[in-house]
Amino acid sequence: MQLALTILVDGLSYASWLFIVALGLTLVFGVLKILNIAHGSFYALGAYMAASAVALATDWNLPPYFSLLAMLLAAVMLAALVAPLTERGLLRFFYGRDEVLLVLVTYALFLMLEDITKLIWGANPYYVSEPYGLFGNIDIGSQSYVGYDLLLVVLAGLVGGLVWWGLNRTRFGKIVTAVIHSPEIAASMGIKVSRVYMVAFAIGLFLAALGGAFTAPMISVQPGVSVGVIIISFAVVIIGGLGSIEGAAIGALIVGMARAMAVHLMPVAELFSVYVVMALVLMFRPEGLFQRIQARKI
Amino acid sequence: MNFPARRSWRHCAVLLALGLMGSVGHTQETFKIGIVSFLSGQAAESFGIPAVNGAKVLIEAFNKGQAPAPYNKPGIGGLPIEAMYVDEAGGATKQVQELRNLYEREKVDVVVGYVGSGDCLAVAPVAEELKKFLILYDCGTPRIFEDNSFRYVFRTAAHATMDNVALARYLKARKVPVKTFNLINQDYAWGQDSRKDFILSMANLYPEAKPSVDQLPKFGAGQYGTEISALMSKPADLTHSSLWGGDLQAFILQAGPRGLFKKSQVVLSAGDHVLPGLGQKMPDGTILGARGAYGLMAPPSPLNTWWWDTYSKAYNVYPVQAPYRMAQALMGLKLAAEKAMAQNNGKKPSTEMLAASLRGSEWMSPAGKIRMALSNGQQAIQDAAIGRTKWSEQKKMVMLEDIQRFDAECVNPPLNVKSEDWLKSGFAGAKCK
Repeated sequence: MQLALTILVDGLSYASWLFIVALGLTLVFGVLKILNIAHGSFYALGAYMAASAVALATDWNLPPYFSLLAMLLAAVMLAALVAPLTERGLLRFFYGRDEVLLVLVTYALFLMLEDITKLIWGANPYYVSEPYGLFGNIDIGSQSYVGYDLLLVVLAGLVGGLVWWGLNRTRFGKIVTAVIHSPEIAASMGIKVSRVYMVAFAIGLFLAALGGAFTAPMISVQPGVSVGVIIISFAVVIIGGLGSIEGAAIGALIVGMARAMAVHLMPVAELFSVYVVMALVLMFRPEGLFQRIQARKI
Repeated sequence: MNFPARRSWRHCAVLLALGLMGSVGHTQETFKIGIVSFLSGQAAESFGIPAVNGAKVLIEAFNKGQAPAPYNKPGIGGLPIEAMYVDEAGGATKQVQELRNLYEREKVDVVVGYVGSGDCLAVAPVAEELKKFLILYDCGTPRIFEDNSFRYVFRTAAHATMDNVALARYLKARKVPVKTFNLINQDYAWGQDSRKDFILSMANLYPEAKPSVDQLPKFGAGQYGTEISALMSKPADLTHSSLWGGDLQAFILQAGPRGLFKKSQVVLSAGDHVLPGLGQKMPDGTILGARGAYGLMAPPSPLNTWWWDTYSKAYNVYPVQAPYRMAQALMGLKLAAEKAMAQNNGKKPSTEMLAASLRGSEWMSPAGKIRMALSNGQQAIQDAAIGRTKWSEQKKMVMLEDIQRFDAECVNPPLNVKSEDWLKSGFAGAKCK
């Protein structure tokens, strides 16, 4: 019973972090049809921006809880600055082209952003672990968890709920859905598709940056943090179905739980467990759990 | 009116031509070294860039003749050292191509490089095939020289077996009680080898101790919450790890607040390099090694003091294991090359002469004596050191206390014995004081 509870909490905690990042990835794919490899770089940039923002807040002697706001603002700032530059300045020139070309473009962007990050912040690690201790420890069964880890569960729920509400209960959400179904018809109805693309991309980028920002206190922020996250995020969205929010949530939960079970019960199969689940899903649902089979447009 | 102008134009042309000829005539011969290490990616911050920084500051001191004796001759035997720096990131296939470029296109005399064991295993046969001089300065796998025989490839640092033997010997010497131990190591060659070496070493020194939780997270995992839960669910007397770099930092930042370091004695086989960055976040009482007697555990000597001060002044942080290993490689190369040059009437030596000079040699480094004692004189052994962390409020840095140094012959296998066989034999032939 204790083991089951530990697996549940560990899996949920890992899935929450994963969901925040994967949600942005799936949103960008759903709207713009871009498999955005640079999403990992935006995650890393979010972590670096948050590290700088928290350091600034500490220098200004702001109250400790302000560091959480600083991290949020860092992600917002990054999205506001980088999204228009990337989407308007680069990606829009490739819309309508082969998806493979877009993957290559975002991969090139990923490599450039890696070096740009290093140029700005250097290669030395940044530590911003102060927010990590803000919520103390919480005992669940025989385990003592850091409160901050559980905050991520709340944050993931909040973010997922907000994005779902935005897409399903607002006028803008209806417009986005229309663009997803057919950009041409949406444009003929007077919708500024380019604006929808930019806003959707900015939200996706914000989610990546948010994931990075709220991970920063748990890690040392340094070159290379972008690589691992993008691979596992792809696994999540492939399991859930590319472009599906519910799919990203379920995919993250499946990956989180599979990984937690493997780590506790068969540690050598940790990595294997994630990809065997992915392979099984693809065998029976090649389009992912929550993606409907679509007729190809000719 | 035109004549003087034309004459001055001709004068200028003649002067320019003479200048160019002069500059060509005076192009000084250099000793060209290709230095390969991680300048990007996950190993850059902990290993690649500190090592390259170490190379830069040391080569500058060599060229100016400012290093202490016996390294005080300018450059290498009077030839200025010209260094080229290459990024090790990109995988073994890329490194093989880069190595060929360095030798064939850039015409370097020597390549000093490689942190990744996979890269070392890939490039060593290529250098040998080309009959070019190669020093592996960092990578840890014993397989390079235990499974192969080379003439032009050297490793100027001890291989990784030493790290875990020294850890186990330290625990025994300090009478640390161990009935059970947990492990967390990365799931690739380095982590797997370290795990195996530690288990075999413990079987020799603590036959009653049993391994319990055995975690193998992937390289670059970053998130260790689940692994920490697994380690805490069956807390052992000891928790061993060979994690390094960002993975180790993340593990410490996440495991510290959850109380792992209080519930279990944590031992880190290669943990010294995270101390300057982590500062007070590093839990007191952690036992760790540096893959040699490096940094805070280096034996006191004028050479070490000079090296420590030179590096600290240049980079505002003290040198940890990576720059030490680079320094000992370049110092060994300098002495070997100067010896070979002396035998070659002061001229730059051939690869064959250089190899003969380094083979089986020994020299003093900031970390003590380095001896090319294994694998027909191609593989170094060196002393190891282990210590225990303690935050110093006075110095505002993590210090290491209870430091114990182990002679090279005590923690390295003897000549012609494979590491694993030596561990399984119960350290047969080890010479410990």
